[in-house]
Order: sequence, then structure tokens, then C-alpha cells
Amino acid sequence: MKKSVYSICGMCTVRCPIRVESEDNKITWIEGNPHLLGGALCAKGTAGQALLEDHERPQQPLIRVGARGAGRWREASWEEALDYVADKLKDIKKNYGPESAVLSSRGGPWQQMYKAFIHAFGSPNYTNHDCTCGRNTHHASLSINGVGRKGFAYDVKNAKHLVLFGRDMFSALRIAENHQTLDMLDKGGRLTYVDVRQTMTGAKATRFFQVRPGTDYALALGVIHQVIKQGYYDKDFLARYVTGFEELCTFVEEYTPAWAAKECGVKEKDILAFVEEIGADRPNVIFHPGWNLARYSDSFYASRAMHILNVLMGNIELKGGLFIPKGAGDCGKKGIRSIDCPKPDIKRGDGVGWQYTHFEKGPGLAHLFFNHMLSEDPYPIKAWIAMRHDPFSGMPDPEKQKLAMDKCDLLVSIDTNYSEFGWYSDVILPESTYLERDNFIVQQKGLKPRLTLRRKAVEPKYNTKSSWEIFTELANRLGLHDTFPFKTIEELWAWQLEPTGYTMADFDAKGFIELSDSPVFYDRDKLDGQFKTPSGKIEIISELLTKTGLPSLKPFVSPEAPEKDMLRLIYGKVAVHTQGHTTNNPMLSELMPTNTAWIHTKKAKKLGIQSGDLLELSSADKSYCATVAAHVTDHVHPEAVFTVHGFGKEIPRQTRSFMAGVSDQKLMIGALDNWDQAGGGVNLCEIFVHVKKSIRNTKRRVEL
Amino acid sequence: MKKYMLHLNTRRCIACFGCMVHCKVNKSLPVGPFLCDISCTPLKMIGGVPKTEITFSACRHCEEPLCVPVCPTDAMVKREDGIVYIDQEKCIGCMACKTACPWDIPVKNPDDGKAVKCDLCMDRIDAGLKPACVAKCTTHALQLVTLETV
Repeated sequence: MKKSVYSICGMCTVRCPIRVESEDNKITWIEGNPHLLGGALCAKGTAGQALLEDHERPQQPLIRVGARGAGRWREASWEEALDYVADKLKDIKKNYGPESAVLSSRGGPWQQMYKAFIHAFGSPNYTNHDCTCGRNTHHASLSINGVGRKGFAYDVKNAKHLVLFGRDMFSALRIAENHQTLDMLDKGGRLTYVDVRQTMTGAKATRFFQVRPGTDYALALGVIHQVIKQGYYDKDFLARYVTGFEELCTFVEEYTPAWAAKECGVKEKDILAFVEEIGADRPNVIFHPGWNLARYSDSFYASRAMHILNVLMGNIELKGGLFIPKGAGDCGKKGIRSIDCPKPDIKRGDGVGWQYTHFEKGPGLAHLFFNHMLSEDPYPIKAWIAMRHDPFSGMPDPEKQKLAMDKCDLLVSIDTNYSEFGWYSDVILPESTYLERDNFIVQQKGLKPRLTLRRKAVEPKYNTKSSWEIFTELANRLGLHDTFPFKTIEELWAWQLEPTGYTMADFDAKGFIELSDSPVFYDRDKLDGQFKTPSGKIEIISELLTKTGLPSLKPFVSPEAPEKDMLRLIYGKVAVHTQGHTTNNPMLSELMPTNTAWIHTKKAKKLGIQSGDLLELSSADKSYCATVAAHVTDHVHPEAVFTVHGFGKEIPRQTRSFMAGVSDQKLMIGALDNWDQAGGGVNLCEIFVHVKKSIRNTKRRVEL
Repeated sequence: MKKYMLHLNTRRCIACFGCMVHCKVNKSLPVGPFLCDISCTPLKMIGGVPKTEITFSACRHCEEPLCVPVCPTDAMVKREDGIVYIDQEKCIGCMACKTACPWDIPVKNPDDGKAVKCDLCMDRIDAGLKPACVAKCTTHALQLVTLETV
């Protein structure tokens, strides 16, 4: 039987809208939702079919029989595995209290279910991957605008100039955003790209700054200086909505373009020319405030500088600028219901909220758990449930993490794939792939907000379950029926939609329900109340930061240079992989089976290396090393060695990716304790590694 | 007469390799063969920005295809509309077509040992659809161009 369903891709966390065709329970075609993406889909999206068919993913629940990480498992039924997890959790709750359980996830639109589960269990300790991703940007936005990083979205299509600091969007592949950027360029718009190496995004740019690693903030300060000097800012907007401009003017006085050029290793005349461009293009200039800006010790301040530049451009709530994402309420409609459970009033186990009071409590900061776990302060952590989250891949220094995890009596991995954490855990609960599972309805805010959902295209190939089933069944065993009362997904959908007046049939035509026919903008003269800072204004000098004893405008400190024979480790993305999630996918590993080490031509010459020769990369303490091929280029900064994240995995059941390439996070010894005290993000690019020519480059053969 | 051509708008192409995967998954090909290819020239400074030139290549569906006459089983066929395709029933996998082709286009499918190459997704074209590589191109950079005599 032929079937077509609208759904949401799950190959990466962009979650593009898709349409899936199947015949007799076999996928025959996946494409981007024609109503939103005109069919467009990336390589990863199409390779979803290979994920579904892959026999190298967990096919039934597994319970560990050997030592942790030894890879000895026994197959278990769902009954047995869920009983096992629930019984352990009950014991832990009885002996140590409910707060001794942590649940971590990737985050995303469905995280409220995972959060509700752990809250209902009695623990405040929900966390996600954001400490290695958007926390700095998020906290930077909160400190200035009073709203988080999702408090603004970007109308790139109608902009005249998009400025990206290290945001390699054509590798990240948010397809709708990519379309907008290319449409903007087609219309003659400009793209300025700043990075320590060249990327596909930079290759599409009209202007490119290859900066010294760790100097984004310096460049932004130089630009602010010149923007103010030239008067290229929106005086009316500043007068109406912004405080602290005078202090900013005084602060940036010393940070001239000439100074910035020297710090960044770029030309002053290029900075001046760039400022003239944005002077001409404003207010339709968008400074993207950073995505994965958990990089340098001043990334939080770099992101603040980008937010400040947006404010100076006066680009807020207008076509071709930043806009406040609208929801059902803005369209005069009632919103959907969502699974929810209030957070128990107990101190968090990561210190957020009591030890660190200036961070948003929300998901806390995952990396701060580990030291607390080791010292059992404020209480021991005895269980860690990782919901499609791989802390050992996503966060630095997995061996340090393991010391803390060893304090736990229960480690559970819920995932479609084997993960590095899963391989070390006690129980693997295999989740069905996104093509085989339903999920609850979510609201997507925007200029034209929507309701949408993920729906299964085919029945599970293996003995796997959807996350809503896993959590509901665990909740039933733990007596948490009040939060998870539903028995079927249809019941849940009906309950969610009840207040809205919509029915499931309303999703049939396009896969989503549009809540407004035309873009909703607020009146730009009546934005009061939108900026949720203490003063209600956009605060360049943040009351909140001042209260915490942190500066709002931090003087720039030149980044450290690598010692002899060492380079600064920089990681990034590539268009054909979603980090470790896809490195074992048959179709994608065929395109890129391993990573390489990018090294500058001059450095390579010194080491006697040519492209393709093997390089040895080892951590500062020599506890981890890997050998990979060199990619010699002029287009990476001489102080840096670059590699694509997601490789160097050590899971024998994933034969395609086993030991392929180098793992950047395993090189990051000690990085868990090197984090941004103001922004909360981990400083993932403050790591130096030993780089030398590998002894394995021999041409001699001594065997027969 | 040649009627169709695949055209890459290189201004929009971001070398994401989507087309290569869309194609092989649509043709149910295993690991090994690809029927189209994206390649990038090494980065070169142009106007202060390191740029790359992106090329898309697949079967040219030649006006006078050299692969057709050499096929010993008449498996290689040129249609009215210029599409050159392999009749899988007749193909014996001798790969004479690959030898004859100036660009080595036909490749062997390890699953059945037969030759396989781009047929512009003629089943889809006949159904009024676009080839897989065009239909799903991430940035709408690939286009199916219909050639017309002026």
C-alpha cells in the first residue's frame, strides 16, 4: 500500500519539514515539505533511509553484563529493561532522594516531555547540551535584550547585509535559512563572513575576514568604534529603547579599527570599507549573534558585541532585520496544551540558581555537574539518563566525565544509535528512528507561526519504541500517571489540540497549521514591554551583570599564542554529517568516512608535511592521541589546527566509524573546568594540542 | 533529438553533496557507485575572498552516444527525447559502454553486476516529475532545462 505523510526530519537538530512516501512499509521517497521548502532536502535528510535500514544500530533493549564500556551486553525484552530501569530508579529515590537523578537531552522542541518526566520523578536536574552550544549567546541576549537567543529571529531574505562570525551556515544546513541567504545574495545583498578558516559559507561571501583565533570580539569592538565614529547608528531607536550608549562610546574609544586590524591580523582598510558598507545598508544589516559560540573565554562578550551592533543598526522588528517571533496569542488564537510538570523546589546539582545566580535556571549547565558529582555536593548523583544526548561526544574530556559517572548506580542511554555514552552505560533503550515514530504537536514561532508535528512514515523495523512510549511506560512503573495520563498518541494529540479548535485533519493538507496568513509585525513605536530587562529597556550596561560583579563591557585581552610544536585546536561542521550522529551512516560515511587535520602551509612546511601525509595529534597531557591525514592549506590560520567534530569514535559495533579519524573532544583535557564565568559556555577553542609528523608515513614494507 | 539538460546554478550551489545521495538512494544503489558528482576546485583568492569553482557532472546524454553502438546486447538505448538509458533486463555487465564513454560514466552496480548510469530519472520525468537530484537539491541550484529549437 502506498502512503504519504508529512513529518519532521530527525537527521540533525534543524528538524526541517519533510514529506515521506512509503509502499508496503518501505520508504520510497523523502523530500523537503513542498509547501515550505519546495522539496529541498540535504544529503543527511535523504540518508535517513539508510539510518532506518542500518543493522548497526541497537535493535532491542540491551543490559550491560561486562564492565562499563567493555561492550558486553545481553539482549532484553522491553518489559525486563523498563522494569530494570524503574526498579533502580526507585531504589535510588529511596536511598538518596529523587534529586539524585539527572536527565540530559539534546534539547529541542520536544524537551518539555523529558523535563516533565524528571520533574515529576522529583528531581530538579534536567539539563541539555547547550553549555557546549548556545548558552553564551543566550545569556548575552538576556543581559542586553531581556529575552533569550530565541527572543529574536532574522528576516535574512529581505536584508541587505548579513554578517556571520564563525557561523558556517552552509555546513549547518538550516535549509529555509539557507534559501533566504541565497535569495538575499541573488537580489544583490552582501554577506560578510569572519572565521579562522575558509568554509563554504565564506566561499559564498562578498567579504571575508580570516582572523586570528580568539579575536572575534576585537573585530566587533573595532567595528563598533567606527560605526559610532561615522554616526552609522539609529539615534531615534537608541533614544527610545536603549540605555548605556554613552558608556559604550567611552569604552570603545581606544578600540580603533587600526587596533582591531592588528589584533585580528586583518587589514584596517578592509574594516573601514566594511563599516562603509553597513553604513549604506543599515538598518537592513543583520549581525548574527552566534550559534555554537562556546569557544573562547570572551565568546559571551563577543556575542554581546554582536547584539549591540544589531541595536546600533536599529534593525529590530522590521522587514529585513530582527523580529520578535510570534506565537498563537499574537494571531488572536489559543495555543496548544503541552505536557508539563513544575520543577521541584530543590537546589540543582550543578550549582545553577544557588552557587551561580546570574544564569538562567532552565536547563542549568551540564558540565558543572561533574565536579559536584565527584564531591557529592550538595548531594550525590546516582542516576544519569541521557535522552538522545551523548555527553561523551558533545562535551570535552570524556575520561573526566567517566570519573563522575562512575559515582552513579544507573546510567541509561535512550537513543536511535549507539553513542559513546550509551556504550559506557548500563542500559540502552533503543528509540525508533524519526521515520518510525510519532511525537506530540509543537508550536513553531515566527512571523507566521505554525503548529506542526512528527508522524511515523513506517512501522519500526526493529524492536524499538518512540520516546513518548518509553517515558510513558517508565512513568507508569514509577507512579507518575498524573503527568503522563495518556495511553495513546492520538489521546495526547486530542488533548493538546482541544483549546485550539483545530483537529488532526487540519494537518493533512500541508503537514502544518498556519496560525496567520500574513507576517505579524509589532508596531515599532510600541515595543515597550518586549525587552524584559530590569529597566524594561535594551541595556548595554546590564543591571543584572553589574549586580553579579561582572563587567558589561569587558576590555579585550589578546589570546594566548600556542607554545612551540603546539597548535590551537579548532573544530567545526561539515554539510554531510551531524557530528557523531551520522558518522556511521552507510550513505554518509561513504561521502566522508574520516576527518582530516587542516594545517597552514607554512606550518606544514616546517613539519615536512604535504596534504595526505599523516599527522599525529596528541592532547597536552599525552593521554589521548590520534593519527589523521593532513589537509595543507593557506586558508586556515597558522596558529590553528582544524578538524571536523564527530569522529574518533570507539564503538566496535559501529564498524564504519570505529576509530576513524580524530576526536576533538578527547583532545580537550581539562576543558570541562575552562568555561565562561559570565556566559556559562564551555571554552571549546581554548585548547592547545601537540602536532607532529606521524612516524606511520613510512614507505618501506618489511612484510612479504 | 536532445531535449533535456541538467544545469547547475553555481551561484546557489553550496557543494553539500545532496544531489549525489538523492540520486543513489532513489536508484536504490548500495555503497560504491554514484551516478553524479560534485567537485570543487582548490580555494583561490578572488577579490579578497577565497573562492571555489563547483562542477556538477553526470551522463551528458550525448547527441551521438558512443556507448550505444558498442553495447553487444543492445541494452544501451537512446530515447526519442535524447535520454540514454540502460535496459537492465538486457545488460550483461560487460562494461563496454564504460570503455567507449569518453568520461567513464557507466559504473558497475555491485548488487547485480550490471552497468548503471544516470537516466535523468526518466520514470519520474514520464510521470511529470523532476529528476531526484533536481527535485531535492538543497538550494534549488540544480535545474532540469528543456532545450528548444529557436
